[in-house]
Amino acid sequence: MTNALPDPIARRLPPLAELPVPLLPLQPILYRIVRRVAEKHPELFERLGKHQRTNFVIELTDLPLALHLRPFPPSLILRAVRKDRLPRHEAHIAGDFRTLLGLLDAEVDGDAIFFSRDLVISGDTEAVVTLRNALDDVEGSIAEDVAEMFGAPGRIALDRLNAMAERAETQENSHDNW
Amino acid sequence: MITGDIVGELVCPAGTPASLRTAVDAGADSIYCGFQNATNARNFPGLNFTPKELAGAVDYAHERGANVLLALNSYPPAGKFDLWREAADLGNELDVDAFIVADMAVARYISEKHPERRIHLSVQAAAASPDAINYYVREFGVKRVVLPRILTIPEIHDIKSEISAEIETFIFGNHGLMVEGRCSLTNYATGLSTNMDGVCSPAHLVEYVKDADENMSTRLGGYTIDRFGPQENAGYPTICKGRYCNEVQPDGYYAFEEPISLNLSKLLPDLMEAGVTAFKIEGRQRSRAYVRKVVSAFRAAVDDIRAGREPQLADLVALTEGQKQTEGAYKTKKWR
Amino acid sequence: MKPRLTLGPIQYFWDEDRKRDFYARIADEAPVDTVYLGENVCSKRQPFFDQHIEEMAERLQRGGKRVVHSGLAEVMLKRERKSCRDMAEADEMEIEVNNAAGLFHLAPGQTHRVGPYMNVYSEETMAWMATKGATHVTVPTELPGSSVKVMAAKAAELGIGLEVQVFGRACLATSARCYHARAYGRTKDNCQFVCEEHLDGMELNTRDGQAFLRVNGIQTLSHSYVNLFAEAPAMAAMGVTDLRLMPQETDMVEVARIFEAILDGKTDMEAAQARFDALNMQAPLSNGFWHGEAGHRRITAKAASLA
Repeated sequence: MTNALPDPIARRLPPLAELPVPLLPLQPILYRIVRRVAEKHPELFERLGKHQRTNFVIELTDLPLALHLRPFPPSLILRAVRKDRLPRHEAHIAGDFRTLLGLLDAEVDGDAIFFSRDLVISGDTEAVVTLRNALDDVEGSIAEDVAEMFGAPGRIALDRLNAMAERAETQENSHDNW
Repeated sequence: MITGDIVGELVCPAGTPASLRTAVDAGADSIYCGFQNATNARNFPGLNFTPKELAGAVDYAHERGANVLLALNSYPPAGKFDLWREAADLGNELDVDAFIVADMAVARYISEKHPERRIHLSVQAAAASPDAINYYVREFGVKRVVLPRILTIPEIHDIKSEISAEIETFIFGNHGLMVEGRCSLTNYATGLSTNMDGVCSPAHLVEYVKDADENMSTRLGGYTIDRFGPQENAGYPTICKGRYCNEVQPDGYYAFEEPISLNLSKLLPDLMEAGVTAFKIEGRQRSRAYVRKVVSAFRAAVDDIRAGREPQLADLVALTEGQKQTEGAYKTKKWR
Repeated sequence: MKPRLTLGPIQYFWDEDRKRDFYARIADEAPVDTVYLGENVCSKRQPFFDQHIEEMAERLQRGGKRVVHSGLAEVMLKRERKSCRDMAEADEMEIEVNNAAGLFHLAPGQTHRVGPYMNVYSEETMAWMATKGATHVTVPTELPGSSVKVMAAKAAELGIGLEVQVFGRACLATSARCYHARAYGRTKDNCQFVCEEHLDGMELNTRDGQAFLRVNGIQTLSHSYVNLFAEAPAMAAMGVTDLRLMPQETDMVEVARIFEAILDGKTDMEAAQARFDALNMQAPLSNGFWHGEAGHRRITAKAASLA
């Protein structure tokens, strides 16, 4: 498949010039990631049922970007978008990178981070709950799968992210202990 | 196979096949789960098992000496009974170790058609007295009763002295406030029934609305069931955990219960002494992370108690609703 | 066949005078066939009811009413268990059982009615109850008309009565906890009968001011009054044998008369609606459960016929 997006969706995208420069190089990488996940974990998409056609926006509260996900296998979308120019979407998830990475790999409990308000959801709540439950049924680490895709640099990047996350957590905990 | 001889059997939730394997690996003795339809009381989107997944799950559990309990614990409305009948037949074919049942006709069907299978009386049947329990034992051969979370430990002890069935009690998780199987609050607000459809606050009718001051309102079917300030912990979007107002409490109060979870980790030895056979962990809607942490913690605790050691319990408060925990009625009847 | 009208048990904690006056008027004026007497909700209130139950039963029977003694919905404590056993073993009245503890004490084949708290949702469960001596079943308030229709056909086949609540707040939940006491910072054991304050339940409004629920001791009710007057002819056609009116703080004699007029074909729905409007009831009407919709909703006749 050469054209990542079906025509009607491509037409809705803003002109390329309007995209902030740093996001552009991300798009092919993100698309490779979602395609790889779809190949490796078809059961995840089955569990999504009708929400394969839902547009999710995942807002990374500590990064200058958001992600647009539409997990419909025949025409998958995963792309970076600007926070001030979110695409039309039905479901919205916001949290920091570390929380969302943990959720992706079922390392943290979705309900628990929702109770603590680390995760904020709005829009189609059912879609978010379905996505959460479907991700939870994937064994192994999606993050590690993705890192593997990019060979040694990928693994180093993930290790670094995990280290950053751990450090942040330690700092937070030691702060709590004060 | 369940013999009922083990005291402190750990009965753990699984919403997905991966969760079930996680629970088995973390030391669950039994795992309860349901099909992807209205036949069980956690009919939530993206959750539960296809027949093929359940077959694999039963194999996985049985190979490792664990049991699978199939929840058929909703109430079939007239005209739809076949769905429950088929689920029971399928469960029998897939060799589940017990059925968890609330409706009398479902119990009767299983007791007549599959008499060799164990029937556990679901908490949804709300049998809270020896007489009610003995009715189900007499009529349908119920082997175990899951007690409502409203009894004190001395009361559980008294019940045990009057019944032949095994007792299973909840020890951790969401703390239901209403008599189970007698709650139509969700249906009143949404048109979907907890008893008939297996849903409670269905996600597609839950809405989180943030205002300019970062307050978050939780709405269900058009009713605002609570509003949280920016620093407040949130709870499940269920009517019984909401805040309301009236002439007595004009500023809003938790009319039924605050967001809080049950945690009986300190009472396990007392429960065993009172005659409880099995400990149930709530949370088929929760993640593998929850299942792994909670099951491991209680596995270690039960093993410690059996070995005569003081149980060491990991801190589970982060996994609780509103990040608060209670021992509810088990500790004192003043909870009522 | 024309369904009978029945009057369900009083859900609220009304004082003795109020109850006595209420039943005296029902006995003399209300076109109801059957009256259910007894305390369903709270065993602490039960002695206050039982003290006068014979007197009230006698008064109602003098007015030509059939009287049925209705039992507790929640049974956990010793006194609650005893009350169930006494009802099964020694009651002189016809009985309605609302908890499995009550079923346990029935002698084999002993006739009884099965109340709305017993969760009879299907023709299968109803048929089971009939084999054990049930002569009459009242369905849960949330059961939709499509299911009631299936059950009505089966009830006719079994030769038992089938009853549906057609008027009054819907009981949405019961609990081991008393929410009336909780609102006042008390526990159930120390409630000081604060539920007596609210003759039609204590309001629970949402934080943005919308009327939502009513608290009545351990019971949670709908704010709206279920009112299936427009659906009553369809119920008659299905073979529902009894229509239950739940006592509220309104003119229950007039409510019964309106239903009577509808069942006799002596009024059209618009006139019936006008008569309900004239009662100035304190809550809106709802019929969502019957139509398989959210319980609080009011589905108009026109929309319903399209459905």
